[in-house]
Amino acid sequence: MTFAGPKVRVRDLTKEYYVSTGGGTQVVNALNGISFDIRAGEFVALTGRSGCGKTTSLRIVLGLDEQTSGTVEIDGREVNGCGYDRGMVFQHAELLPWRTAIENIEFGLELKGVRKDERRSIANKMLDLVGLKKSADRRPYQLSGGMKQRVGLARALTTDPEVLLMDEPFGALDAQIREEMQTELLSLHEKTKKTVMFVTHDIDEAVLLSDRVVIFTPHGTIHEIVDINIPRPRNDPIGIRGTEEFQNKRYHIWRMLKLTDQRPADLAM
Amino acid sequence: MLDTTGTKQSAAPPPAARARARRRGFGASVPSSVITIASLVIMLAFWEIFGREINPIFASYPSEIFKAGVTMVEDGELFEAFIQSMKPLSLGYFIAAVVGIPLGLLTGRYRWAEAGLGMYVTAGYAMPLVALIPLFILWFGLGFAVKVAIVSVLAVFPIAINTWAGAKSVPRTLIELGKTYVGSDFQIMTKIIIPSTLPFIMVGLKLAVGRSIIAIVVAEFFTLLTGLGGIILKAGDSFDTARMFVPVVVLMALGIGLTWLVGWLEHKVAPWQRDIADSER
Repeated sequence: MTFAGPKVRVRDLTKEYYVSTGGGTQVVNALNGISFDIRAGEFVALTGRSGCGKTTSLRIVLGLDEQTSGTVEIDGREVNGCGYDRGMVFQHAELLPWRTAIENIEFGLELKGVRKDERRSIANKMLDLVGLKKSADRRPYQLSGGMKQRVGLARALTTDPEVLLMDEPFGALDAQIREEMQTELLSLHEKTKKTVMFVTHDIDEAVLLSDRVVIFTPHGTIHEIVDINIPRPRNDPIGIRGTEEFQNKRYHIWRMLKLTDQRPADLAM
Repeated sequence: MLDTTGTKQSAAPPPAARARARRRGFGASVPSSVITIASLVIMLAFWEIFGREINPIFASYPSEIFKAGVTMVEDGELFEAFIQSMKPLSLGYFIAAVVGIPLGLLTGRYRWAEAGLGMYVTAGYAMPLVALIPLFILWFGLGFAVKVAIVSVLAVFPIAINTWAGAKSVPRTLIELGKTYVGSDFQIMTKIIIPSTLPFIMVGLKLAVGRSIIAIVVAEFFTLLTGLGGIILKAGDSFDTARMFVPVVVLMALGIGLTWLVGWLEHKVAPWQRDIADSER
């Protein structure tokens, strides 16, 4: 905790994929030297068009994918595979269909080897935190999309990770539920002060939630990192949407994404 | 206004309700058990009527088979034969499950196992293993052991091949979830792959029921003429067709019964599966 540097430090990350096509093997450079820091407690969004490498970056930080070169450090320790210092919220929740909500939330602690009574009490707290106390014993097919994502979020929080990684968690939800979830995530961030790395292609969402927005180009590089100067706590998302800062940053990011989009992605391959 | 509509509705279903019933399809309001019984009654009636017209050497009919069955039950022959068949059948089936499930899980989960064992599973599933029975008799003799061996070898492959397919179809993202929480190979296998594969394992176990029944009858034909298979062959050789049909009917009932038992077991070990299927219907 005495470490003074950034919570997350990403340096010169590159990632090459080999794609077998009809004519042979093609090398795809998903990431071409990505560097950025995330300070403790900061909420950073990664945005860009699909295929720009934002999810790849997240997966490398998570430890599921391995970079071709470059480094990722959490609190100054180099990342090598997955660990309990990172919690992941997947795009489609990824709940185990045979487990109830509470059992799904316990899953991470179970793999970690936490005792049953202890993990049940932690899971109950998290269930309460995401407002699903009444649905503890429902199975995933009995939960709505928003509820599933809440369970996914609660599960990610059980191991008390240093960094919360979120991969377009609200992308599959309908507009109203998405706004609800955004508001709740804001208050949750306020309560837990977690460091968050959030992938989204929704510019509004990026501006509303984050302290900084990392704009990716379609060629796997960073175009710009935009500061969002909206004070916290952000208790009034509707009001925030009306502010000049929100409008300006939203327009700026939108314009930058259009500009970097000029060259088709195929050229980058 | 509200009142009149109310009385109209109670007198006859409103057009909307009728349309809904029509859309649900034929027989939506008839219980499944009634349909099953009606089907059985019609089938037996036809068999009885037309069976009587045919020379009793070439075919028989329900009432005659029933009479033969009663005699065989009374002198204890049927029960004895049934037990004689069931012992090697259940042991062989059990061995097939104990070998087939882990075999399928390994081939579905690990590249080395799939590359090294997959072809044997596919070959074993596809080839007529009955062709190997003479060899089995050389190895295991003509007694109990050879029957167990034949049943296990025939039943193991549908179990293994289904489990294999199931283990392969576990969503990659769920395995990644396990890796995210630094799960060991063993944890990923027991907490993600096996529960996810259970419905496939159950399909394999159901298919293996049919295979086991074929196996035990064929085994009894080839070896000592014992059990239900023995009765079939002996009755057939003496042109006693009604008598021959009794064990056939017993075997059919056994197949249905055991399959139902596996279905019941499935509901016990994987209750969520039926719920999920129902919720999507």
